Amino acid sequence: MLKELRPALSLLAVMTVLTGLAYPLAVTGLAQALFPRQADGSLIERGGHVVGSALIGQSFTRPQYFWSRPSATTPPYNAAASGGSNLAPSAKALVNAVKSREKMLMAADPDAEGPPPADLVMSSASGLDPDISPAAAEWQVARVAAARRIPPRTLRRLVAAHTTGRFLGVLGPRVVNVLKLNLALDARWPMR
Amino acid sequence: MNARGILLIILFVAVIVALTPVLGGYMARLYEGRMNWLGPVERRIYRLCGIDPAREQHWTGYAMALLAFHMLGALVLYGLMRLQAHLPFNPAHHVAVAPALAFNTAISFATNTDWQNYGGESTLGNLVQMAGLTVQNFLSAATGIAVAAAVIRGFSRRSARTIGNFYVDLTRSVLYLLLPLCLAGALVLVWQGVPQTLAASATATTLEGARQVIALGPVASQTIIEHLGTNGGGFFNANAAHPFENPTWLLNFLYMVAIVAIGAGLTNTFGRMVGDTRQGWALLAAMGVLLVAGAFACYWAEAQGNPALHGLANMEGKEARFGIAASTLFSTVTTATSCGSVNAMLDSFLPLAGMVPLVNILLGEVVIGGVGSGLYGMLVFVLITVFIAGLMVGRTPEYLGKKIEAREIKLAVIAILVVPAAVLGLGAVAIVTGAGQAGIAAPGPHGLTELLYAFASAANNNGSAFAGLNGNTPFYNVTLAVAMVFGRFFTAIPVLAIAGSVAAKKMVPPSAGTFPTHSWLFVVLLVGIVLVVGGLTYFPVLALGPVVEHLALSAGTLF
Repeated sequence: MLKELRPALSLLAVMTVLTGLAYPLAVTGLAQALFPRQADGSLIERGGHVVGSALIGQSFTRPQYFWSRPSATTPPYNAAASGGSNLAPSAKALVNAVKSREKMLMAADPDAEGPPPADLVMSSASGLDPDISPAAAEWQVARVAAARRIPPRTLRRLVAAHTTGRFLGVLGPRVVNVLKLNLALDARWPMR
Repeated sequence: MNARGILLIILFVAVIVALTPVLGGYMARLYEGRMNWLGPVERRIYRLCGIDPAREQHWTGYAMALLAFHMLGALVLYGLMRLQAHLPFNPAHHVAVAPALAFNTAISFATNTDWQNYGGESTLGNLVQMAGLTVQNFLSAATGIAVAAAVIRGFSRRSARTIGNFYVDLTRSVLYLLLPLCLAGALVLVWQGVPQTLAASATATTLEGARQVIALGPVASQTIIEHLGTNGGGFFNANAAHPFENPTWLLNFLYMVAIVAIGAGLTNTFGRMVGDTRQGWALLAAMGVLLVAGAFACYWAEAQGNPALHGLANMEGKEARFGIAASTLFSTVTTATSCGSVNAMLDSFLPLAGMVPLVNILLGEVVIGGVGSGLYGMLVFVLITVFIAGLMVGRTPEYLGKKIEAREIKLAVIAILVVPAAVLGLGAVAIVTGAGQAGIAAPGPHGLTELLYAFASAANNNGSAFAGLNGNTPFYNVTLAVAMVFGRFFTAIPVLAIAGSVAAKKMVPPSAGTFPTHSWLFVVLLVGIVLVVGGLTYFPVLALGPVVEHLALSAGTLF
């Protein structure tokens, strides 16, 4: 065993320097040079202040904004402690939470058609989902349009412009980035 | 289920089949020693460490070197976590990790399990993430591949005493395979949006005026090896569901390819090195049948929607950018291999869909499996298969011209039995003790599933979780670590012994009575053996967990 220790120990030291320091620092240098915006977290600024990250969702509660999905982190959309609810589909706690969210949303959006789509009443895996489905955006159009006093048809066009395409036109779901959509809302129809 | 989801599975399989011979050929040249474009660096490392690359090891020496290297590695990682408050690169000023959690995490990363009892962004500083976790991600992956290379040499050599040099295999795996792929891959990640910075966080003021602290760090460099090396331990608590680790649908697809690429490629390396590529394709076919069956089963079961909510699509614990199809395929892939990173919360899957990842793990991580460990795990099942086929016709079994005798079969049986013994034994202890019951969050059969999943995941070195179980207690930190050590080393060592034993044998030329091991008949038999062994071992406990939960949920019973 002792004979084995020298190469083991020195190789561990060499590999720690190589893969634990040289490699991540080299990647950091290259990433910062080639893709500085992404490397720093895809932060979005408005008027010189950081208002969030394009990839990290945030909580919206005002009727003038599109709302994000429920988040299981404490407090919701805590970007320093991600996580999901981990509730089983057979858990009373989950079924009750979904039903009360449905009730809450339908009270806030009396003009919306039908029950809210699944992603608006079920919490995401990370608790930081930046997106909602196009159906979830459409479901909220009536409320936001009324709160901003704009015609729903105009608002739908804005939502459509902020809906991503599928990969190669076929694969993957289409989504709407809530923060970007709300920023566009503010830019076009500033709140008084 | 819809056409897009099915197309995704087909596209994924096509990409893997296309990549397999490319990577397989590259690795064959690497482990046959026919590649040296980094020769100067490689020789320098050997000189520095006092390693004689020309001196090969007997299987016992190989196993000793592996054990020594891992004990030291785990020790260093433990030290880094305990001392992180006093070390540099800790911008968020995280305090020392508690002893039991540090022990669990050190074992977890050294064994390629990467079970997460820690919450990455809230517990670990950048130094631990880089010099601790990232290093072990490389080394535990390289070790798996090294053992596989040694086993392949065992089958391809005749009358040989040695099976290679552990330090050389490890160094070459890191230098020629993992580092170049990770350097290029990490940049793809950053391009897609994964952060790579030494800053700990950014602070934003949201549109509604709240303060949001956004955790950052050197995420890309760790996340690429986490997937390529089938490690699975995430930078963030939410792992590959976190939008910073997995920001786009495209990157999610590339991760799935990265998870499977090396494991699938090694089957081809095996075929090339034993001089018959059909042997490699037969192994991949057996793995592929199980993988695709799992992918469809999981997708179908999850697409049914939650019966307790009138079939509402089950988006709980899923990200909108992936949807049901990419979430279930990722979950199948990450558990069929021993990766264990998650892009959706398995705990919130419908019972039958959640059973697919569990079964993938319980089958012994041989459906592609961990890098290296999947191949040698499958080879153990191959030996059992040729043994049973031999019994049927009353001949001494052979595999690739090597007579398979009592010694090899005994070792194979040890390798197969160690893991279920750890899963069921430790699981039973947890169920009957207060300390074990205290960690179970979900009432009813789901609680049993959570517990079974934890020990299955640890003993098979997967590392994914039904995360409702509170594993960060002294009891679970220690028992799960024990399961990980059993699962990793008490399979790798018997397998190395098999390698040493078959390397010493002569080649027997094939005769009319030799059972061809590259035929579809053999593939079907092999799949059957894997299913029968796994099924017989675990059926009772699966019936009490996910199956009961499914029946209850369908009948409208909630817990």
